[in-house]
Amino acid sequence: MTTLYSLPEVHEDDAPPQRPRTPRRIRSFSSEDRFAAVGSVLASLALVYVGYLHIFYFSGLLGFLICWYVAFIVVYGTVVSVANPRPIVVERLVTSTLYLASAIVVLALASTVVYIFAKGWRALVHVNFFTHDMAGVSPTAPLTQGGILHAIVGTVIEVGIAVAVSIPLGIGTAVYMTEVRGRGSKLVRTVVESMTALPEILAGLFVYVVLIIEFGLSKTGLAVSAAMAVTMVPIIARAGEVALRVVPGGLREASSALGATHWKTVIRVVLPSAAAGLVTATILAIARGIGETAIPLICSGASSFMNYNPTQEPMNSLPLFIYTAYTTHESLAITRAFGAASVLMTMVLALFVTARFLVRDRGARR
Amino acid sequence: MKVSLDGAGLTGGAPRPDAGAGVRPVGPAPAGLDALGVCAWFGQTQVLDDVSLSVPPATVTALIGPSGCGKSTFLRILNRMHESTDGAQMAGEVFLNGEDIYGPGHRLTDVRKQIGMVFQKPNPFPSMSIADNVTAGLGLTNTKVSRSDRVDLIEECLTRAGLWSEVKDRLDRPGSALSGGQQQRLCIARSLAVRPKVLLMDEPCSALDPTSTRRIEDTIAELQDDVTIVIVTHNMQQATRVSQRAAFFLAEPGSLGGIVEQGDTVDLFEHPRDERTSDYVNGRFG
Repeated sequence: MTTLYSLPEVHEDDAPPQRPRTPRRIRSFSSEDRFAAVGSVLASLALVYVGYLHIFYFSGLLGFLICWYVAFIVVYGTVVSVANPRPIVVERLVTSTLYLASAIVVLALASTVVYIFAKGWRALVHVNFFTHDMAGVSPTAPLTQGGILHAIVGTVIEVGIAVAVSIPLGIGTAVYMTEVRGRGSKLVRTVVESMTALPEILAGLFVYVVLIIEFGLSKTGLAVSAAMAVTMVPIIARAGEVALRVVPGGLREASSALGATHWKTVIRVVLPSAAAGLVTATILAIARGIGETAIPLICSGASSFMNYNPTQEPMNSLPLFIYTAYTTHESLAITRAFGAASVLMTMVLALFVTARFLVRDRGARR
Repeated sequence: MKVSLDGAGLTGGAPRPDAGAGVRPVGPAPAGLDALGVCAWFGQTQVLDDVSLSVPPATVTALIGPSGCGKSTFLRILNRMHESTDGAQMAGEVFLNGEDIYGPGHRLTDVRKQIGMVFQKPNPFPSMSIADNVTAGLGLTNTKVSRSDRVDLIEECLTRAGLWSEVKDRLDRPGSALSGGQQQRLCIARSLAVRPKVLLMDEPCSALDPTSTRRIEDTIAELQDDVTIVIVTHNMQQATRVSQRAAFFLAEPGSLGGIVEQGDTVDLFEHPRDERTSDYVNGRFG
């Protein structure tokens, strides 16, 4: 163990001992400690490499990794305990385990993203992929022909309509549950909570049965938006309710003590104070709606041509395009599917970043 | 409703005779408040019994007494905030300039506009800037003012609350970025902007440090000519510093909360008529 400070010397005269004026490094991780960590990783790797592959003739990557981890814990624990007291040994072992756990999560996420981009790369480099639709282009056509513009536009229109419908309904429901607290709010809350777990395909079938079969609406983007809204309203209502409930009661009191009506208090004080939470609620809902596949499949059906009109003709969307292209089992179509998946992922990411930015801007007022 | 902010003021009270000096007042004359036979219940539990208190115009009245004796409940009855609590009920009458605020002709929101309230915990609206906080009451009560009147109103109210010099360069900063004492004075400015005749303060300094407390007390002293103030406080020195009149509340075991003694602050503290008052103000209990 490195001793950073010598013990204070006891002077004969009672002069106070001089202590260094530099900041004490309380949780220092010296170069020795770093060597110990890296060395343990390498030592356990070598140990397992020899033992696992050459002594016991085991095989299998997962088993190797697990053995490596166990060996690392043993080696690292031993090395650290040579120079450190027990609490530090425990801390180091737990810390390394937590680092490993977070590394696994990051790795899983990163590998998914990288894999999708890598597989879709050959489609993404062609400009026509973003500027053309697939009208008259066969799935086996080279990547220099056709594109996914119709699916991008379809997704944007469908999600846009669904959001425009869901925000007032969802926030209205949240206000009803937290502010009005009417007699039905318990029932509404139960319904909302169970609907957040509603499988999207049921929402799709509901719209199919009610709007398309009963009311004779054709399979269009509007039907898709309606079904999306069915899944999005409860999410906004549920997350919005939480956001509204954490608005301090003191603000409501302050507002009504100024002579405001309940309604004014909600509009001018409660909702603005909960803006960040309400934006998050909306983003959650959009993130769910944008990835829904069963709904466009049931309520619109895939199409290969551009359609700006949500009230007529089927309208394709990105998830549906990915699904239909992938199920052709044609390698070029699969590349297009991965390209579309990259676009979808980028859109969701852009949405999250924008929302964070908006919320931070608002949050500066806090 | 378009309201002139100079002269007669929001509620049509008589203009003050000495108006015109500096940032002085523009609002209606301060009003007297009389509570008669007030009782209060939370659900089935009665907490106040037959409380009567007279608050003369343009004075500061301190409500003192140990915790849980109903001071705050009484204060909230004075501007009809009490009834917004679930299960809360009251009996008795409260007269503002001779009119019963619980009478059928009075709108709840008008009553609260005329009788403002400052709370124990500073509660500026976090979504608004300092300037917007001051004028929040106007928007909340659908009172429209012109842009230049609004600017004047912000300066006037912040000055009267003793905050103007500290925030005049950052009026568009969020109100919640201020220190606790500044936030509380911002809340006072916010209350003043709707021109109340009476201002109720529920332990406005209990969450503040001594310096901020001092600033608030100075503010109270400056306001008292323009607004009638009723303040609940646990700090007896504060009561003697800021108030002319005082009422001692007590809820003894087995009995309901009520006023033991009321009168001039000096008399109440120096020559209490009741032994319990004497014990309390001399720190022998509570």
